[in-house]
Amino acid sequence: MTVSHVEIRSGAYADSVTLLQVSREVAGAPGVTAAQVAMATPLNLEVLERMGFEIPPCSPNDMVVALSLESEDHLSSALAAVATALSATSRRSEAGEAVVPPRTTRSALARAGADLALVSVPGANAAVEAMDALDAGHDVMVFSDNVPVEQEVALKRIAADRDLLVMGPDCGTAMVGGLGLGFANVVEPGAVGIVAASGTGCQQLMCLLSAAGVGVGAALGVGGRDLSTAVGGLSTRQALRRLDADPAIERIVVVSKPPAPEVARALEEYAATLATPVDFALLGQGQPDLTNATEKVLSTLGRPVPTWPTWGTVTRTARPGYLRGFFVGGTLCDEAMLLAAERLGPIRSNIPLSAELALDESMTADAHLMIDFGDDGMTQGRAHPMIDPTLRLEHLARAATDPSTSVVLLDVVLGHGAESDPAAGLAPAIAALDVPVVVACVGTEHDPQILSTQAAALAEAGAEVHLSNARAAARAVALVEEATR
Amino acid sequence: MTATTPPAAVASVGADLFAGAIEAQAVTVERVDWRPPMDGTADDLATVATDPLRRDANRRAVEAMLAVQGNLVDVAPASEVLGLEPGQFLHAGPPIAWDRTSGPLQGALLGAAALEGLVGDPEDARALFESGSSVSLDPCHHHSAVGPMAGVVSPSMWMFVIEDSESGRRTYCSLNEGLGKVLRYGAYSPEVLERLRWMSAVLGPLLRDAVRSTGPVDVTGILTQMLQMGDEAHNRNRAGTLMLLRDLAPAMVDVGHAAKDVAESLRFIGGNDHFFLNLAMPACKLALDAARDIEGSTMVVAMARNGTDFGIQVSGTGDAWFTGPAQLADGLFLGDYGPDDANPDIGDSAITETAGIGGFSMATAPAIVRFVGGSVPDALATTRRMHEITLAKNPRWTIPVLEFEGAPTGIDVSAVCRTGILPQINTGMAGKLAGVGQVGAGLVTPPAEIFPKALAALAHRVRSRA
Repeated sequence: MTVSHVEIRSGAYADSVTLLQVSREVAGAPGVTAAQVAMATPLNLEVLERMGFEIPPCSPNDMVVALSLESEDHLSSALAAVATALSATSRRSEAGEAVVPPRTTRSALARAGADLALVSVPGANAAVEAMDALDAGHDVMVFSDNVPVEQEVALKRIAADRDLLVMGPDCGTAMVGGLGLGFANVVEPGAVGIVAASGTGCQQLMCLLSAAGVGVGAALGVGGRDLSTAVGGLSTRQALRRLDADPAIERIVVVSKPPAPEVARALEEYAATLATPVDFALLGQGQPDLTNATEKVLSTLGRPVPTWPTWGTVTRTARPGYLRGFFVGGTLCDEAMLLAAERLGPIRSNIPLSAELALDESMTADAHLMIDFGDDGMTQGRAHPMIDPTLRLEHLARAATDPSTSVVLLDVVLGHGAESDPAAGLAPAIAALDVPVVVACVGTEHDPQILSTQAAALAEAGAEVHLSNARAAARAVALVEEATR
Repeated sequence: MTATTPPAAVASVGADLFAGAIEAQAVTVERVDWRPPMDGTADDLATVATDPLRRDANRRAVEAMLAVQGNLVDVAPASEVLGLEPGQFLHAGPPIAWDRTSGPLQGALLGAAALEGLVGDPEDARALFESGSSVSLDPCHHHSAVGPMAGVVSPSMWMFVIEDSESGRRTYCSLNEGLGKVLRYGAYSPEVLERLRWMSAVLGPLLRDAVRSTGPVDVTGILTQMLQMGDEAHNRNRAGTLMLLRDLAPAMVDVGHAAKDVAESLRFIGGNDHFFLNLAMPACKLALDAARDIEGSTMVVAMARNGTDFGIQVSGTGDAWFTGPAQLADGLFLGDYGPDDANPDIGDSAITETAGIGGFSMATAPAIVRFVGGSVPDALATTRRMHEITLAKNPRWTIPVLEFEGAPTGIDVSAVCRTGILPQINTGMAGKLAGVGQVGAGLVTPPAEIFPKALAALAHRVRSRA
């Protein structure tokens, strides 16, 4: 018989990633059967209720400490574990010092003489912090997703007026003068400049170019919605102007999730007026995939196209059934769906190619399906799947027991900001599956996790690993086709 | 910045993970200690933040405020300079009707009614105010004036006249009576009224003649010097009072008043460490009034309390008051008074904090931190914390112990809602019963809810402009 303990701590705050670590540490304490320390956002409350906790009325600004204990005797030691875990994450200065930490981006910029801001607060609060950077005359990267689109447009209009750049919102990746921001792979410097309305698309491009020996001078993210009708490519224009003016950049590549056609057209017209040649890698039906686009860039640069690396090979036999794609990268998911749909037919998804293919809340279907765990809808109140693999691992475990699973397709994205050892969590899950597993592993040898180390560990667990997401998807599709034939 | 030059340093707000990843690449990161904003403000904050008028509006508000030079140019009865008629009374804080007034405000009004001869015994004035037929109440702030504590001004009281040399705009404040049993703390005993009569008969005319003879006294300049001398110009005005005395004493002696009156006046001013407060306050109001009515500005231009309500006015929302219940101060009590004896926060003197001094410049006045059992590091931290909610640093009013950093200036309604940091106000405490007078002094903050209210009004204006 377990005992529940729930307390509301008003005025306490820590970011969702930090609280995830805290929850994990406390869950591992003696006598604790389950623990969740979280801000009381509606989504977190749902999770807590699903875990069986009864939560008294509270506001999203309250912190909830919810513990399930083997017995009441463990309460004080569990609460001590909470205190220890929370204080370990706190960077507050020593008590008694008259130092006051900056409480706004404006204050932090002024104190450090900083000339760039990185915003990753919850989406509803992001525009306010981003404006602090624009007011101080600096560029800003907004990692946060779930930012209302009208706020995005307002930010980008003001930035354009002031000749500043808003990278985001929902910008996962950027690289400015060699400094990786958000999720960023470590690549050699070079003369290629990237404008990316897609974080993982940008990472794929950088990593493929890196594997081909071509460096990147800058990668300016613009946010996943920049090429939508509502936003109209405001940041893309600004980023193109910035890169065109930079003497170190000789060639520009624009990469985006499927754009609004009229926005893509207008940007292509604008790009034609620039001095620097611009290639477009815009995903869409009938458009080249990112690997093909990279190959095209290589050929315009007069560089040879290498054999894209792979590790391991599929040894398991696919059974007739459905392709299950579980992604952390939205663009990688999009690219795989576009490829798979041509050959397998409709793919159900939470980011479907057309509305009727949308998954319901159960996120399951008796059909080919691909889930983007990094989508806004999946990250409200929880950390990005590149940081927190829990949700995807749950779906993998479900797929393992589902006899209709034919082949599993995954992506693993390395680089700064991502999990320190994603293969460690995935390998047992891959080993537990009895169907073929194909993985796209996006990374470089210079990344903190080291591409070859991660790929080898995944291959060891039974997966076939590709650097190219398009190749991985094509391989998975072929395996499903073979089994079904 | 070009795309291929690395940033000098990065400000990171949100997930600590990303700040760590930047540090791992050997680039300096300043982390924001971010917390969610006050409940229910996220949308309004975004609306106001992305208002295209805001940045320049706030810059203009700050510039206008800092450009003001306040001079003491005259001393005169309220009947003359404010046109107050018998039966008209001004009071501190936002507007209030008699039936909601607190003890100290009632006490001060009763005393003032007797002072004006409307009644013989102050207690008889209750009926006057209850009926409301021959008397009227109006905030000082609506008449370019400010009043400490109850802030009651009646026609016969003498006022300091502060003028901005550039624009000729003027603000007004009564003469300070001293501490203890005084009208502004709600006392109205015979000795209180006697002192007020002496001030009108002797002190006021003498100061008028001295000021007119010696020429304008640069109040803003004295404030600059006070801040270097341990005064924060709200709860400590010792250096300022003595500097004023230094500037006026020769003329006071010289203008031909009776030696006994001059000596008594010099003794009165020199013996009242708070005498200068009533010059600091109108000088602050004069500066802040210059920042009023700038569309899009989120700067607070007045904080004032009437003993019942705490109200603020904001540059971008015109004359509207945003009010909530006045709070009890936390501090030290005189004699055997205790928290139960204190009235909620009262007075226009929070105009000093609104202008960046008082509690905002606590770091420069370590001598008074013990009012709240605080320490010197607390005082330094308070001033630094106020920089988190203000728009600018005052280049004239600097604080030596903080490396001559300028006083935190221009409270930003948005920044208060974002951080939840409330303005820190140094204050005196009045007894909650009419007639008691001062019971202590301490620190207080506004009620938090008035800032989201003001923010909502600002956001509404942005939306209706769009």
